[in-house]
Amino acid sequence: MQTIPEQLAKERIAATIARYFDERARNGQLFINLGVGIPTMVANYVTAAGIYIQAENGMLGVGCAAPEGQMDHDLINAGRTCVTETPGCSYFDSATSFGMIRGGHVDATVIGAFEVDEHANIANWIIPNGKQLGVGGAMDLVSGAKQVLIAMQHLSKSGKPKLVKQCSLPITGIAEADMVITEYAVFAFDKGQLVLREIAPEISVEELRTITEADFELQLGGDAPLHKT
Amino acid sequence: MACEKYKSIDEAIALIRPGSRIMVGSFGLAGYPKELIEALAASGVGDLTIISNDLGAPGEGLGKLLTNNQVRALIGTYYNWNPEVAVANNEGRITVQLVPQGTFAEAIRAAGVGIPAFFTPTAAGTELALGKETRQFGGRDCILEEAIHADVALIKAHKADELGNLVYYKTARNFNPIMAMAADTVIAEVDELLPVGALDPECIVTPHMFVDVVTMRKD
Repeated sequence: MQTIPEQLAKERIAATIARYFDERARNGQLFINLGVGIPTMVANYVTAAGIYIQAENGMLGVGCAAPEGQMDHDLINAGRTCVTETPGCSYFDSATSFGMIRGGHVDATVIGAFEVDEHANIANWIIPNGKQLGVGGAMDLVSGAKQVLIAMQHLSKSGKPKLVKQCSLPITGIAEADMVITEYAVFAFDKGQLVLREIAPEISVEELRTITEADFELQLGGDAPLHKT
Repeated sequence: MACEKYKSIDEAIALIRPGSRIMVGSFGLAGYPKELIEALAASGVGDLTIISNDLGAPGEGLGKLLTNNQVRALIGTYYNWNPEVAVANNEGRITVQLVPQGTFAEAIRAAGVGIPAFFTPTAAGTELALGKETRQFGGRDCILEEAIHADVALIKAHKADELGNLVYYKTARNFNPIMAMAADTVIAEVDELLPVGALDPECIVTPHMFVDVVTMRKD
């Protein structure tokens, strides 16, 4: 097993998700919501014309980050980054925005997570250490978006598996995860079972099991190799 | 015609009593009524319940009210941008009610449109559902959430006409239009005040029926 430097790991995760979205948007439109961190990086890699980014603070058609000197502090995404408009973008109030999400109009959300377990439960809103106090839109997004993609590095900063048997942290939603994308692998939940869809060239399936606490079955297709980034 | 709803920033803030429930439009430091919040901080009026998405940053925006010890309770969604909130909560100086952001928005909307409570799947099975009634709809667990109403809403709009019709600017819109419907007294801080007829009726977001006071900074 070969370790993958952090920046490359993040870029690979974002590019893998972008490739998946490009494929899905080939025959139509795709409305996506991107969380803070790696999920936001997905926007840098998507190329399909029919992909529209929704920000839960009230915008559809979010463009790239605003360049220095062109920042408007009243034009931000939900991570408070100054962004730009795309042609045809629109603004709306927060109730309408979450109506889009809860109402099932947003096709996919990409979010980070502290833990995901083999029952597709997600823990991504709080580490109860007395320093955090916020949930934001995390619970609305995981329960409302049609598809929930988890973008996270395979191991925590302290080297622990983040794909676990059972979440130890407070959960954000029950059985809401649909896919988990890490620098080493792409997993999907198929009829409640965690399955491995793609694996990186730096690692074997046996090695992947040693850094993945959750059990998974193999369902490798091989037509879209993870390392093509 | 002059604007009959016009008050100065200080006159507007004088309407706020100690112990009030105050709703404030904002998302981070975007779209919050800056002049009203600065005047509220300067007034020292205390024992307030602040209903807002977040609390700005330490000593900045809505954060000023906490730094000044004017806050008794917070109802909102995300306080990690202002670490002073967790500290004050840990020390028992304030109480904090966390609400998922979409539920928070819908609860405010519900108050504005006369719906006392609603069921939502958001947060079902999580810590934030503890103590809440749960029912299944379409095979899905949903929890009962109550509407969130306020005594006063302080909102930020871009332009008003002299009747109090409002339009907003980009993502500074956020919670402002729904809060404008969910409080007994609605005070709108605007950048520009225009004659009646100057705003395109097709583009008005908040009809003037919802607005009690219009205010702006005097340059």
